[in-house]
Amino acid sequence: MANSFTRVMSGRNTAVVLASIGASTLASGYLLSDSTAAADRKRLYPPSADFPDLRKHNNCMAAALTPKIYARLRDQTTPSNWTVDQCIQTGVDNPGHPFIKTVGMVAGDEESYEVFAELFDPVIKDRHNGYDPRTMKHPTDLDASKITSGMFDERYVLSSRVRTGRSIRGLSLPPACTRSERREVERVVVTALSGLKGDLAGRYYSLGDMSDREQQQLIDEHFLFDKPVSPLLTSAGMARDWPDARGIWHNNEKNFLIWINEEDHTRIISMEKGGNMKRVFERFCRGLKQVEQLIQERGWEFMWNERLGYILTCPSNLGTGLRAGVHIRLPILSRDPRFKKILDNLRLQKRGTGGVDTAATGDTFDISNLDRLGKSEVELVQLLIDGINYLIECEKRLERGQDIKIPSPVAQFRK
Amino acid sequence: MPFGNTHNNFKLNYKVEEEFPDLSKHNNHMAKVLTKDIYAKLRDKQTPSGYTLDDVIQTGVDNPGHPFIMTVGCVAGDEESYEVFKDLLDPIISDRHGGYKPTDKHKTDLNFENLKGGDDLDPNYVLSSRVRTGRSIKGLTLPPHNSRGERRLIEKLSVEALTSLDGEFKGKYYPLKSMTDAEQEQLISDHFLFDKPVSPLLTCAGMARDWPDGRGIWHNDNKTFLVWVNEEDHLRVISMQQGGNMREVFKRFCTGLLKIEEIFKKHNHGFMWNEHLGYILTCPSNLGTGLRGGVHVKLPKLSTHAKFEEILTRLRLQKRGTGGVDTASVGGVFDISNADRLGSSEVEQVQLVVDGVKLMVEMEKKLEKGEAIDSMIPAQK
Repeated sequence: MANSFTRVMSGRNTAVVLASIGASTLASGYLLSDSTAAADRKRLYPPSADFPDLRKHNNCMAAALTPKIYARLRDQTTPSNWTVDQCIQTGVDNPGHPFIKTVGMVAGDEESYEVFAELFDPVIKDRHNGYDPRTMKHPTDLDASKITSGMFDERYVLSSRVRTGRSIRGLSLPPACTRSERREVERVVVTALSGLKGDLAGRYYSLGDMSDREQQQLIDEHFLFDKPVSPLLTSAGMARDWPDARGIWHNNEKNFLIWINEEDHTRIISMEKGGNMKRVFERFCRGLKQVEQLIQERGWEFMWNERLGYILTCPSNLGTGLRAGVHIRLPILSRDPRFKKILDNLRLQKRGTGGVDTAATGDTFDISNLDRLGKSEVELVQLLIDGINYLIECEKRLERGQDIKIPSPVAQFRK
Repeated sequence: MPFGNTHNNFKLNYKVEEEFPDLSKHNNHMAKVLTKDIYAKLRDKQTPSGYTLDDVIQTGVDNPGHPFIMTVGCVAGDEESYEVFKDLLDPIISDRHGGYKPTDKHKTDLNFENLKGGDDLDPNYVLSSRVRTGRSIKGLTLPPHNSRGERRLIEKLSVEALTSLDGEFKGKYYPLKSMTDAEQEQLISDHFLFDKPVSPLLTCAGMARDWPDGRGIWHNDNKTFLVWVNEEDHLRVISMQQGGNMREVFKRFCTGLLKIEEIFKKHNHGFMWNEHLGYILTCPSNLGTGLRGGVHVKLPKLSTHAKFEEILTRLRLQKRGTGGVDTASVGGVFDISNADRLGSSEVEQVQLVVDGVKLMVEMEKKLEKGEAIDSMIPAQK
């Protein structure tokens, strides 16, 4: 045992000696012997020494990662030198909850999904109900005119909202980005947004330069996002350098809003009080298309491919990255024991009115689509609309003392 | 989050101005020292294990600090960080350690016999005595940077060394990840258990990664000598007991430390140490001795005296609440310890605590009798 340690230690000691001569000498020394720090580490520690202890973990990454996969991926890097250890750090640091299965890994750049496909693909399959990136194609459809019955009964639906994310191709994602990349994302997006006109015209509020009054205003309007405190995000390095290059843009009408450099390069949100989901989605699609055009004019584009759709930081947001939802009052239905099953079959998810991981207050829920990948935007919004209309029907029936039916499960992917 | 050399070369595609952090609202040693010139000079450097300038400063960028409390704002990822990034770290060390110069030499003295007195602090006032320091194992990277494999090796080496101790140092190791509930309860009530760091000063530096893998607590059967493995440093070594016999605490501290060091040396792992910076630890504030020797002492009257802060400063002492760093005092009981770490020896620092606390207890007694203490206020030590 002492022998192997001495051998291990002497490798390091050589490095110490080289360092004392001066880092530049070190760099050339290392180039000559074709040895980077990463290669050194490879020699000193086999992958088995670094394999994380995931026995108490419950997340998609922990379920998919095996010693063999780790051994094959540990020493790979993406072109911007991102590693699998950096992808999985958040999942190692956050074992998860027996009832809530988090994803447990993030991408550092577009290429992460390729270079580490051996791990990402099973995680994606697990999270997205069997969607197989190796064999399936994801449909993109932002034609809002196809939507039907998108006007909800406002005695039940208090507000409607659609959000997605977009990443700027060629720049690293929030877990990995350097300060200059993050600032570049801000520049590219803010420049594009300044070109929006008509009902979409608006202005940008940089988080760092915001006045107290502006900050209070944005809080009151429920627009302001805060430094992430969730360890799921902080362990992934997404809060680094806060609030540098973070900000919020919204139009003058305050129903089209963009977050810059929070959990993704951009989060795009269309929302309004009341139940006019069709109008919300129309504005969403129109705004997205215009922003895309404006960045393309300057030679940029969004990260997208036909395997995974729109590329975002968290694998759970691949595909459409779309969450369409409402704040809805369902006092009777929400107490019915069949409520959960109904939601499941309609492919809907409930959250508290504070968003993800919050509890519902009273009888008001945030209900949104569960799926992101394998169905288009139009399909998902239509599913949401049909689902909400069904829930409202159930609530009305229960009000009248009539019975309700659990709907049959919505079909999965188009084969 | 440590990116290391892998990601750093990619950053060099961007200009210095584009990468330089916005430190306009910051109040920490790193922010005071870092200039665009220093950043430009050091940004393409890396230590042999791949630690870079941005890794060093990330915690200081993410934590702007407080107008009244000057944090350090940077950490080392390995022993060589202090060399490779000396243009940044030397001025920070000088600021933090009272003008310590790059050419200064640090004295190490762990000969407890050189301590004078220390066994007669009044236990009616001094409730407990404690001395802690840290040690890093040479050749391995530090908590902000180490991989799971390295951290586990540190644990393995530490446990091997500690379980070979005997006599008053015979004890047992409790790995954090396999502790039973009963063991955990016991360690909490003994005030031994350390928890996953929540302070963003530590988490932004990447020290809580992979928790609780490779972390644990070792203590002797008498519960007077305790070692934390892989918390903020490779090893934190603590000697403590109820009452005011600081001399005994320090004796046990020195004896235990030297025994442990001997065992490590036998297996060809020394501790990180050099004659300029003394013992090398993760945070530049702990260089030198890494020693914090202190007591929990009841000073309800003295602590409300107008000159309390000044007395502490002159005695080269520091106050904290009884929960440790960044906590408030409860019931007039304070944690009083040495303020210095670098530029004076272990014996000298503990001597300051012993002499200073003795004086302050006498002041407290005077104030209890309604007498003035102005004549007792010491000169600057």
